[in-house]
Amino acid sequence: MTQRVAIVGIGQTNHSGRRPYHNDGEVIYDAISAALADAQLSIKDIDNVIIGDMELFEGHSLNDAMLLDYTGAEGRSGFKMNTGGTVGSMNVISGWYNVASEFSDTTLVIGWEKHDEGPTTSAITTIWDPAINRPFEVGAISGLAMISNAYMTRSGCPLEVGAIVRAQASDNAARNPKAHLRERYTVQDVMSARMVLYPLNLLMICPTSLGACALVLAGEKKARKINKKPVWIRDHATAHQVTRGMDFMAEAGKIDTSMTVTGRKIFQRNHITKPMEEIQVFEMYDPCAFCQPAWLEEFGLCEAGQGWRLIEKGVTAREGSFPVSPSGGTLCTNAIGDTATVRVAEAALQLRGDAGEHQVTREVKMALASGYGGMYWTDLLLLSNTLD
Amino acid sequence: MANEVVKKEPMFTEGYVIMPYKYSVGTLASKFFIEIRDHKKINGVKCPKCNIVIVPPRSVCIKCFNKIEDLVELSGKGTLVTYTVAHYDSAVQAMKPPYAIGVIKLDGADTAITHFIGEVDFKELKAGMKLEAVFNETRNANILDIKYFKPVKNKG
Ligand SMILES: [Zn+2]
Repeated sequence: MTQRVAIVGIGQTNHSGRRPYHNDGEVIYDAISAALADAQLSIKDIDNVIIGDMELFEGHSLNDAMLLDYTGAEGRSGFKMNTGGTVGSMNVISGWYNVASEFSDTTLVIGWEKHDEGPTTSAITTIWDPAINRPFEVGAISGLAMISNAYMTRSGCPLEVGAIVRAQASDNAARNPKAHLRERYTVQDVMSARMVLYPLNLLMICPTSLGACALVLAGEKKARKINKKPVWIRDHATAHQVTRGMDFMAEAGKIDTSMTVTGRKIFQRNHITKPMEEIQVFEMYDPCAFCQPAWLEEFGLCEAGQGWRLIEKGVTAREGSFPVSPSGGTLCTNAIGDTATVRVAEAALQLRGDAGEHQVTREVKMALASGYGGMYWTDLLLLSNTLD
Repeated sequence: MANEVVKKEPMFTEGYVIMPYKYSVGTLASKFFIEIRDHKKINGVKCPKCNIVIVPPRSVCIKCFNKIEDLVELSGKGTLVTYTVAHYDSAVQAMKPPYAIGVIKLDGADTAITHFIGEVDFKELKAGMKLEAVFNETRNANILDIKYFKPVKNKG
C-alpha cells in the first residue's frame, strides 16, 4: 500500500517586505490559485490540505483554523505543521506521507508567512530555553553568528567568502521575479555593510519577507495524467537535533549534525557515491552567508575544509558545476513558513526547466532541497524528473 | 472625471499580547542554580552510563537516553569555543549593544554553555582562549547569577 509521489503543481507569490492591502489569507490564496492553475486542477480535485507557518509571527495562532476558507481545507482532511524553520519542508514531507500511503491521491501543501505583521525577533526568542539560553540569544541570528564563527575558525574560511556567497545570491535573485531582495551587490558592497552580529553583517543574514508558496502533490498514476512534467520526490530524510548540537558536542565529533545525518541517509539509500556529479543543483535553506560553505561539507557533498574553496572557485554559481540556491536562496527571500517550501518548488522548477532567467546552465536530472530550523534541525529532499 | 484616481488606504487592526511565564527549571537544574546562588559553584551532570558530563544540566543523557540524577563539581574555568559580538538592539535583549556572547566549554565538561563575555577587548576574543566565571554579588538562583565569563589573566 504505497505509491510514488510527484509534484504536479507549483505556485508562488512574489515576495516583498510589505503588502499592506492584503491579509494573510489573500496572500495564501494567490499561491494556491497559481499552483492549481499550474496543475490545471480545481480545489474540487484536492483530497487533503497541509499548511504551516511560524507560530505567533502574525500575532495569531491556530492559523489553519482561522484561515480555513482561504486554504480550501473546508470539509477536507489535513494537518498543520509547526516545526519552526523546517515547517515549509515538513509540509511537503507530510504531504508525501499522505499520498505515498494512499491515504490521499492529491494533497495541497502550503507554506506562508507575513513577516511585516508581528515582532518576529520577540516571537523567535521564545524558542530558547527560558532557564538556560533565553537571556543571551538574539532571535535566530546569534546562533547563526556563532556557528559561522566556529566554521571560519575550524576551516580557515575568510570573511570574504561570506561576501562572495551573498554577491552571488544577489545576482541570482536579480534574475528571479519571485525573490524579495533583488538588488545586485558586489563583494565589496557586501563587505562594507553594517555589522549586526559578528561575523554577520546586514547583508549576510536573511531578510524578513512576506509571501506564500503552494505545491500540489499527486500519486504516480494521477500525476502522469495531470502533468507532462511531474517532478518525483525520490527520498527525504529528517534529523532533529538539540540546541546548537548540544552546544558543540557535534563540533567535538561526539555527535553528528543534522546535516550529516540526513546527507548520509539520502546518499546511502539512493546509492549516490559522487553527489556533486550525480546531483546537479541544490536549493539549500541558507539563512546566513556561511551556511553554504559549512553545510556543503556537513551534508557530505565535499570534504571537510573544502566548502569555502569550492565557492571561491565559482563551483556554486548559477553557471557553475554545482549551483547552490540559483533562486537567490534564503539570503534574499525569507518568509519563514514558506522558505523551505520555496526550496522544494525552486528545485522542482529547475528539474522541469521552468526556472526562467535563473535556470542553471547545467542539465538537471536530480536535485536536492533542504529545510533548516526548529533547533538545528534539517530536512533533506531528493527530487528527480524521471523515475529511472 | 473619468480619470479620477481613487486613493485607497490600507486598514490595520493593531494590538499587543503580554505573555508572562513562570518556567519550572526542573529537579536537577534547581540543584544547579542553588549551588550557584549559595556557593558560587557551576556544576555539571554526569551520565552514569556513558560518563559524559553535561552543562547546563539536563536530566536525560543526549547520547544514551539514560536518566541523570547527580551533579559533579566543575572549576568554573573553561575555554571559549565560539562567540559573536552583538551590534544589534531589540526589545528582547538583556543588554545594550555592543556586547559579546560566547559558547564556553568548562573544564571537565563535554558540552558547552552560552553566556556573556565581559572585561574583554572584543579584538582579543579568540576561540580557544581561557575564561573564568564572574558571579554577581546578589544572586537569585538563575543563569544571570553568573555575571559573565572573563579572560583568565596569565600569571607572570
Ligand atoms: Zn549517557
